Amino acid sequence: MNFAFSEEQEELRRTVRSFLEDKSPSAEVRRLMETEEGFDPAVWRQMAEQLGLQGLAIPEEYGGSGFTYVELVVVLEEMGRALLCAPYFSTIALAANTILHSGDDAARKELLPGIASGETIATLAFTEDNGRWDAEGITMTATKSGGAYTLDGHKMFVLDGHTAGVIVVAARTGDGISLFQVAGDASGLGRTALQTMDQTRKQARLEFSGVPAKLIGAEGKGWDTLGRVLDLAAVALAAEQVGGAQKCLDMAVDYAKVRVQFGRPIGSFQAIKHKCADMLLEVESAKSAAYYAGWAAAELNDELPVVASLAKAYCSDAYFHAAAENIQIHGGIGFTWEHDAHLYFKRAKSSELLLGDPTYHRELLAQRIGI
Amino acid sequence: MDFRFNQGEEGFREEVRTWLGEHLRGEYAALGGGGGPADERGWDVRLAWEKELGQAGWIGLGWPKEYGGRGASIVEQGIFNEEYARANAPARTSFFGEGLLGPTLIAFGSEEQKQRFLPGILRAEELWCQGFSEPDAGSDLANVKTRATLDGDEWVVTGQKVWTTLAHHAHWIFAVCRTDPDAPKHKGLSFLLLPMKQPGIEVKPLKQLTGSAEFNEVFFDEARTSADLVVGGVNNGWKVAMGTLGFERGTAFLSMQLRFDNECQSVIDYAQKHDLARDPLVRQKLADAWIGVQIMKYNGLRTLTKLLATGSPGPEASTSKLYWSAWHQRLGELEMELMGPWSEVLAGAPYEPDDFQTTFLASRAETIYTGSSEIQRNIIGEQVLGLPREPRPTEGTPR
Repeated sequence: MNFAFSEEQEELRRTVRSFLEDKSPSAEVRRLMETEEGFDPAVWRQMAEQLGLQGLAIPEEYGGSGFTYVELVVVLEEMGRALLCAPYFSTIALAANTILHSGDDAARKELLPGIASGETIATLAFTEDNGRWDAEGITMTATKSGGAYTLDGHKMFVLDGHTAGVIVVAARTGDGISLFQVAGDASGLGRTALQTMDQTRKQARLEFSGVPAKLIGAEGKGWDTLGRVLDLAAVALAAEQVGGAQKCLDMAVDYAKVRVQFGRPIGSFQAIKHKCADMLLEVESAKSAAYYAGWAAAELNDELPVVASLAKAYCSDAYFHAAAENIQIHGGIGFTWEHDAHLYFKRAKSSELLLGDPTYHRELLAQRIGI
Repeated sequence: MDFRFNQGEEGFREEVRTWLGEHLRGEYAALGGGGGPADERGWDVRLAWEKELGQAGWIGLGWPKEYGGRGASIVEQGIFNEEYARANAPARTSFFGEGLLGPTLIAFGSEEQKQRFLPGILRAEELWCQGFSEPDAGSDLANVKTRATLDGDEWVVTGQKVWTTLAHHAHWIFAVCRTDPDAPKHKGLSFLLLPMKQPGIEVKPLKQLTGSAEFNEVFFDEARTSADLVVGGVNNGWKVAMGTLGFERGTAFLSMQLRFDNECQSVIDYAQKHDLARDPLVRQKLADAWIGVQIMKYNGLRTLTKLLATGSPGPEASTSKLYWSAWHQRLGELEMELMGPWSEVLAGAPYEPDDFQTTFLASRAETIYTGSSEIQRNIIGEQVLGLPREPRPTEGTPR
């Protein structure tokens, strides 16, 4: 029984943290969030070439280094902490997971090496205007004619959909939900970047008009893959949320130690101290949930669906609460554009809603434990 | 990161299971689990059961072998608690001796004190109670006023303790007393051991809002104990008492979560049985309660890992207390909500709440005892997060 990261995993954390402190300081986050593409291709390349982050949890036979989901959790936590502006979540947690669990070895061989090397940016186009993350939300249709498929309709809220070179699309054929591979520059595909409240994670609207697409996995079996991918992505997002929440706590505590009012650091007042204590409790609990879920994801065991929803529900609430309290503890300065508190607050909200909000996941969890 | 147990640990689990299967029978099994150390139900049966545990070497599981313990690892202690809760075995009666005084004596006591008192605890023949809180010393524990003065070869103790669990059954009390009234308030305290059955000690039950009397007031009127029954040295009682509180907060999480897991499941069962679990809001609350108890488990496993690596759960143990006590109160409130108007109807006279009603009422104490939630937040804020202490106007001598 051992619920701790290994020395190698802690070393990975230190490496990633120091890399991101260098490449993704506040000034860079602010510069990139103002751009439409929302990331720095040079940093993306360094992530792959120097640290091997994109290929970390991709099996060696597909060009990755074959580490587990636990290592991925460490990396995502650090990215959440640094508010890294990059298409990592969309490429790795969504697209690579979908391809990896699609049962389609040809697609894996074709697509995963490019993702692992950092050459390919990819995403999963799942949600539509209805914003739903369940199977019923997928209404887009794929038409088969002479062995080839074309897609018509729209996808909405697609993470990094305007910059991805490969888009995995969930659509319906007569057999049910199926997965398709579409090139980012495919003919008939219109891509529009959305103006988003959280500027650190880019979203796009995709319009499909007779777009040629290649089937991934078996036709009509797409939900078997997506069900698992949504669980794995929920774990990945929970890890990101933990990193952001810890950073909010750190910011709040640091400020409470130095900000003096009434002749005392405000952190000596119980009103502030107790807020910080509650934040710590929630951040630590969120870590416990996310790390445990990371282990379940690495093992792909029967617990995964339940703990994925548990972690997503709990970590969403914990992050948002920490981000909101961080603003409150900072007072007026925390409300300014100049201070970073709002960046975390906005990321906390967008992450809370991504993949289904806590209410949605508590209901899923209730079903999954037989209530 | 690995949540599997090794072969030796699984073997230990089998041993515990087998022993419980063979011994937890008849009136012991009929009593069932639940309750706390102060639960009065079936007291005599529980005491007899505790002696069986002692004979089989299950008391003092984690104590070192040289003091009659089993020297079990923390993981093994966790496994024992898990199997004990799973078997629904009776609530333990020797908590204060086994969990608090024993470890305190092993850490701070003299060799004579260890030889004199540890065997009685291990055999469940001598029961202990804890004399810390006083009417004016709750969260501010260092404010104790109970005085102890040396009279020849005896301490003479006068004062009052309160919230003393099991005082009416205990043979001995370990009490924090003021031995130097002129010293700064943390520095004039001593940790004394006194026999309970003596003319100078009077125990009065304290009826609480649940209608029962698990706590007591203990009055000392020139109570006496031998001069050598001071633990850790005269005027060193604060340090010893803090050690005791560390043991109290340190390992409680190991068995707590399982009891709560069972209780959470009974709430889910109740909702399903009464056709309430289709309501979306009820489903949200049930899922939330269930998540809470799982988080407790994961937090406990992380603390356990830290305990194994460093030997101490550290001040982080305060987060555990803060968490479970608030969770349990919310569960009690959910239980009332699910029962609806039936939550008002007691199971019996004169004032006999059922299990759900008992949780709802008794859980109010849980955010108060062994350091209130406010004190836990101070500990977390100051010792974990390093926030500055509040200026404390009562820093000087007791008033």
